[in-house]
Amino acid sequence: MTQYVLRRLISIPLLLLGVATVAFFLSHFTQADPLSALVSERQMNNPEVVAAAKQRWGLDRSVPEQYLIYIKNLVTGDLGVSFRTRRPVLADIAERLPATLELVIFAMLFGTVSGIALGVLASRFHDRIPDYLARLLALLGSTVPVFWSGLLLLYLFTVKFGWIPGPGRLDARAVAPPFVTGLLTVDALVAGQFGTFLNALHHLLLPSFVLGWSVTGIISRLVRASMLDALGQDYILAARAKGAGEARTLLRHALPNAMIPTLTIIGYSFAYLITGAVLTEAVFAWPGIGSYAVDSARNLDYPAIIGVSLIGATAFLLTNLITDVAYAFANPRIRLE
Amino acid sequence: MAGTTPLLEVRDLRVTFRNGVEIVRGVNFRTEAGKVLGIVGESGSGKSITMRAVMGLPPAGAKVSGSIRLHGEELVGASERRMRALRGSKIGLIFQDPMTALNPVITVGKLIAEAVRLHNPGMPASKAWQRAIELLELVAVPQPEVRANQYVHEFSGGMRQRAMIAMAVANNPDILIADEPTTALDVTVQAQILDVLKGLRDKLSMGLILITHDLGVVAGSADDVIVMYAGKIMESGKVRDIFYHTRHPYTRGLLSCLPTITGATSRLEPIPGSPPLLSARPQGCPFHPRCPMAREVCRAEEPVLRPVDNVLTACHFAEELRAEDSGRPNARAELA
Amino acid sequence: MSVAATARTQFMTNLRFRPALVLGLLIVVFWVFVALTIDLWAVYDPLKIVGRKLQAPSLSHWLGTDALGRDVLIRTLYGVRYSLAVSVVVVVCSVAIGSLVGAVAGFFGGWIDSVLMRIVDITLAFPPVLLAMAVAASLGPGLQNAAIAVIVVWWPVYARLMRGQVLDVISRDHIEAARAGGASSWRLLTKHILPLSWTPTIISATMDFGQVVLLAASLSFIGLGAQPPAPEWGAMISDGAAQFYSWWVAFGPGMGILTLGLGFNFIGDALRDILDPREH
Repeated sequence: MTQYVLRRLISIPLLLLGVATVAFFLSHFTQADPLSALVSERQMNNPEVVAAAKQRWGLDRSVPEQYLIYIKNLVTGDLGVSFRTRRPVLADIAERLPATLELVIFAMLFGTVSGIALGVLASRFHDRIPDYLARLLALLGSTVPVFWSGLLLLYLFTVKFGWIPGPGRLDARAVAPPFVTGLLTVDALVAGQFGTFLNALHHLLLPSFVLGWSVTGIISRLVRASMLDALGQDYILAARAKGAGEARTLLRHALPNAMIPTLTIIGYSFAYLITGAVLTEAVFAWPGIGSYAVDSARNLDYPAIIGVSLIGATAFLLTNLITDVAYAFANPRIRLE
Repeated sequence: MAGTTPLLEVRDLRVTFRNGVEIVRGVNFRTEAGKVLGIVGESGSGKSITMRAVMGLPPAGAKVSGSIRLHGEELVGASERRMRALRGSKIGLIFQDPMTALNPVITVGKLIAEAVRLHNPGMPASKAWQRAIELLELVAVPQPEVRANQYVHEFSGGMRQRAMIAMAVANNPDILIADEPTTALDVTVQAQILDVLKGLRDKLSMGLILITHDLGVVAGSADDVIVMYAGKIMESGKVRDIFYHTRHPYTRGLLSCLPTITGATSRLEPIPGSPPLLSARPQGCPFHPRCPMAREVCRAEEPVLRPVDNVLTACHFAEELRAEDSGRPNARAELA
Repeated sequence: MSVAATARTQFMTNLRFRPALVLGLLIVVFWVFVALTIDLWAVYDPLKIVGRKLQAPSLSHWLGTDALGRDVLIRTLYGVRYSLAVSVVVVVCSVAIGSLVGAVAGFFGGWIDSVLMRIVDITLAFPPVLLAMAVAASLGPGLQNAAIAVIVVWWPVYARLMRGQVLDVISRDHIEAARAGGASSWRLLTKHILPLSWTPTIISATMDFGQVVLLAASLSFIGLGAQPPAPEWGAMISDGAAQFYSWWVAFGPGMGILTLGLGFNFIGDALRDILDPREH
């Protein structure tokens, strides 16, 4: 297994370089004047800013030199300066990362649990009513636009029912816990602020449900297929021959086998979650990277949007790596090679 | 000999698939504690399904009718709860391919311990684990404490089969059913496994049913034998009688397929043709299309199982076979 | 029997009544019909103000009116034109580009394969919506640029698909036979390999129509796709977000995206059952 992990690890820097190259291309070649991708319109009149940008990005040099400078800047964490906030893009992203992380984690939790539950249900009663219902629910999750369902549910629960609090991660009058991880739920627990913890949870409820539902579909589909596969195997019959009952056979014998291929999908669903997070945050006014990306795109804030894409791709590559390694570990056959 | 209550008595067992096709068509047999019953047949003869019916695990949607009595208790129609209590505790089942019959993601020790705990609900995990190690020792798996922590793919073929046997006899069942226990194994390992099974039969005074298509297995290990074809019993009786004095052309055909090692020059004659499809069984005697002795009556009338000499046989012309009795023993068989 | 004949019989036996397929076809046919004929029977003009602002659904305006007083239902129905047009263009282009790249990579192998697949991997390394946003932002607002952005994001999927199929087909015996018979690379590729490689692509493309509509609408939602006053679904939902308390403004276009997506999904699912029965 170490060979496998090493091979995967080696491919990462290469891909990252490729990603950076794409970002370079987007920054320097899509606008008629490369400068306009690096300096905002307003600042164009400021000769100091313009000179500084030219220097920083080497705009008077040859293209290959510009490329190297770009890569060097990236490696040192320089993703440019946002037109809107006038701050380094990396700083903006770092500040907003925890909010998105927290949302994605809870969404992942919800999506995975519901996906597995629906998948097991569908397989147990396959081709009968619970199967069709489960598959319909899952299908809706992946076809309903996240920014639409979010909007409607927000309206329903906030305005009509009043069950869900207003926008943001905490009520306006709630006291934010001291910074430990940036995840409000965790920080609140660490600081012993139980009320804040509940409040943060309350705010997370609807957005993580809406976001998580978008991956329930793909997860439940694979769980169902893997379960049906597992249930057809001899070891299920052998378990029954030992005297095992329905629940035990399903959950203790079939499900662990079905989970092995499912792990990969859970990892890759991270991609769906990032996609959905961008739009979910826009709808729920969630102060994370997603809404930052949306605001940046709206305002044609090039450094910001390209910077976010870079970070997104990096996160993506890393999660895929972790998923692949976890898969290799979980499958006893590969693990022991 | 007669006099003891049969351990297992099956009468007129019929198993019908969901689509109406009858796979097992009226099977009768019985066996006693301490005896080994061999059930012989080609694929599709219905032998495995018969045993699954005994366990109460017929294929999905299949209907079972007839009578299956274990120690006199009727199993057909028994509640699922009762059957679950019996499976793994009073009746054990071993599968053909231990590689697929042992869960690949659970350690062997845990699988065996599970068999124990399912029928001893109060038992603490550590005790069940100890028992699992004892059982591995019982089936002669070396270093049982180490092996118990391993997964099935880390075991060799013969060891896997032993592990499966350990799992099946975990609760000292009264009867152990082995479905093709040696088919997936090397020839050298086959004998070892059969010895393990017979040793357990003695130690635990179990009844043993061996399902196989290999007559050599039956010859070496069984006391009684049933020959099945197309869902029915063609012939049944004691092993010695069947092997030396068979009164059914199918059995005779099977016996002629066995190579002898004495150097005798009799030719190997495989039975021409293949077993009928479940959905397209011939009229009359199911074997008649392949039978060298087939006559008009074989096509028209299905023969009934009847006693001829020392066996029960379902052939119209059993008496003719007696006349042809070549008394040709099979050198591979080690009959006591 | 010839290979084609056995395939045909298998096809016929797989054809049976599928309610989901019928429903999917009905939905898609409905929307196509609307797209083609709406000019003839639209009760209101989608771009003109025809009522008071932000009226709740009523008999005269079944889905109410938006912030400017335009009829939401009519705008929703007109909106399908944008979505269908974009998705057709995007899917066709992505399939064309992706399949070409994938076929070449799979067929020629070696460093061509490595280089091409690296490019595919790199493109797929980006979260799709972020990359689409970045490209669309760089190109500027507008539905055309949004379509280009989605094509950039989508083609690698088909490249991978086609490459996988080509590799699978190449290993089959009759390809070896044709090659031994002296067939040129081009002939081999077009006459023997490609015809057998289309199935997963077709299935995927059908299912993808819905996802493409979604992605394009997402870009419009952000403001990068269709521009006002075009009645495009994503842009309309964006209006709906601004008019939070008038839920009907977003309801229509959302239902449009949902139903169109479901329709294509059902068709794609049924296609997969029919063309590739070993799945499921």
